[in-house]
Amino acid sequence: MSALRRLGWTPVLCGVPLVAVVACAALGSWLVPDATRQDMALGVVKAGSAGHLLGTDKLGRDIFQLSIAGARSAVVGPVCIAIGSMVLGVLLGTLAGYRGGWLDIGLSKYADLLLAMPTTLVALVVAGLVGGGYWVTVAVLMVLFSPTDIRLVRSAVMTQVTRPYIESAKVLGLADRRIMFRHILPNVAPVALATMLLNVAFALVGMSALSFLGLGVGPGEPDWGRQLSDARKLLVANPAAVIAPGALIIVTAAAINLLGDWVQERAERSARQR
Amino acid sequence: MAASSTRHGVVHFIAVRLAATLALLLAVSFVVFGLLHLTPGDPARNLLGPRAPSPAALAAVRAQYHLDRPFLIQYGYWIGGVLSGDFGHSIRSGEAVTAALADRVQLTVQLAGLAFVMTVISAVPLGVMAARRAGSVVDRTVSAGAVVGVGAPTYAVGLLLLYWLGQRLRWFPVFGSGRPGWWSADRWWHLVLPAMTLAIGIGALVFKLTRTAVLAELHQDYVTFARSRGLSERAVRALVLRNAFIPVATSLGLVFSFLFGGTILAEVTFSLKGIGAYLASSVTFKDIPVVQAITLLTAAVIALTALAVDVVAVVADPRVRRRAMS
Repeated sequence: MSALRRLGWTPVLCGVPLVAVVACAALGSWLVPDATRQDMALGVVKAGSAGHLLGTDKLGRDIFQLSIAGARSAVVGPVCIAIGSMVLGVLLGTLAGYRGGWLDIGLSKYADLLLAMPTTLVALVVAGLVGGGYWVTVAVLMVLFSPTDIRLVRSAVMTQVTRPYIESAKVLGLADRRIMFRHILPNVAPVALATMLLNVAFALVGMSALSFLGLGVGPGEPDWGRQLSDARKLLVANPAAVIAPGALIIVTAAAINLLGDWVQERAERSARQR
Repeated sequence: MAASSTRHGVVHFIAVRLAATLALLLAVSFVVFGLLHLTPGDPARNLLGPRAPSPAALAAVRAQYHLDRPFLIQYGYWIGGVLSGDFGHSIRSGEAVTAALADRVQLTVQLAGLAFVMTVISAVPLGVMAARRAGSVVDRTVSAGAVVGVGAPTYAVGLLLLYWLGQRLRWFPVFGSGRPGWWSADRWWHLVLPAMTLAIGIGALVFKLTRTAVLAELHQDYVTFARSRGLSERAVRALVLRNAFIPVATSLGLVFSFLFGGTILAEVTFSLKGIGAYLASSVTFKDIPVVQAITLLTAAVIALTALAVDVVAVVADPRVRRRAMS
């Protein structure tokens, strides 16, 4: 109880839906093995029918099972994107912030170029022309997310570089690589982790947007964005087919965002106290 | 003397900023032209589309796009055409890309404009109010709503609104773009729901920016000083708002970028025939000339907006001017 008072309600409120989504992602193929089974003869069934809590879609697939199975692509890709772009951000941002010079200028121009365009548009065009597919969109979004991470890490590193401990490390003759990754990185890590968490939410929204537009996951694969685009014409026949995946994306993204804000606030507070 | 040197500085700043914008657009145009070669397969076959190409057709398209010349020469021919308003012909329909875009640009401009107005008239006052009552129940409620709104995907919000306000309550039309025309009430009526969808996501962003900016100003010394001198709350508020306006206005470039990304999803969600939906379907069909045209035009609009906003900020605010010139 004292732990709850210390941490507040935010992690609990956000944690419960997130744990549920991650559990569905991990256990989905075991919980709902037949989620993508089609039953053309059945067709669209309204929500609340016997055996189909949320009804079925045009292909006779059960919306409830499909939504559970869709958790996997909503977790795996976005987490990979967030980790990958932060790895790029830490490597390049640390180098840029510590070394400066032409590398710094080059990276900031690269970031300017990528940030000059709407992410949705660039991701749509590049992933679409390359040919789409789940891992292609993951890779594209990873690259598109990296400039903000590079900038964040760069500026965090630059505030560290001027501190006395770096100077003493240099005087001791430590290798640059050791200074960057053993001494600076731990001080930058909390902010980087909080941003990574927030990136998972943006990546989830971005990935399912691409799936909604017909890229991302292949046809027939369980995915919330894909479900939304398939169910667009079912607003009359079975509204639950739209509401379920829509609400799942919104709730998951909001939970990650709130948790990320909370972590970020604490990371910044602890960085200030040090 | 001082005035003329200031004017000189402003001109210098604008010249530098303009050069940077042109350099950015040049870089973007290279990337956009490169899209033709990014697509897997032979560019000539890609330009001919799904039809089985005859050798004569292949030779014709190679000559038309100068595909047998080096990349830079190809680019030169292409950018020359672009600068005279010629983006080539659509692979799918065969019509000139410029004409096809002209048919669709009105809807997108109307949609983005309506969404922008909705965003500003709702998010800015809410942001100011939340900042003035920071920590109150109202502030926390709206701020929590903004977190949900910022993360909520356009297409999901759009479909939920379509279901609730369109299908259930029948307040708004659920299908079509309405009768075209700048002053067509039918068209604007059809755009309310899509614009509202866009405004929720972008409004959440603008709300956050406004709240942060006003809150930062309220903590400034001049506010305490103005209050201690006995200035009325009204006068203090006017001072704060004027100062907080600058960071909000300079973020308009970002807002525009979000707006253009959002229109793609909003148009597809609501089956509207605008530039965004045209881009999405052209990508699916690998209609490269159309994709190139829309990508480049979007980049140009966003870059020029950012430039205009920066210039206005420098001209309007002496503090920004001083910072920009140092």
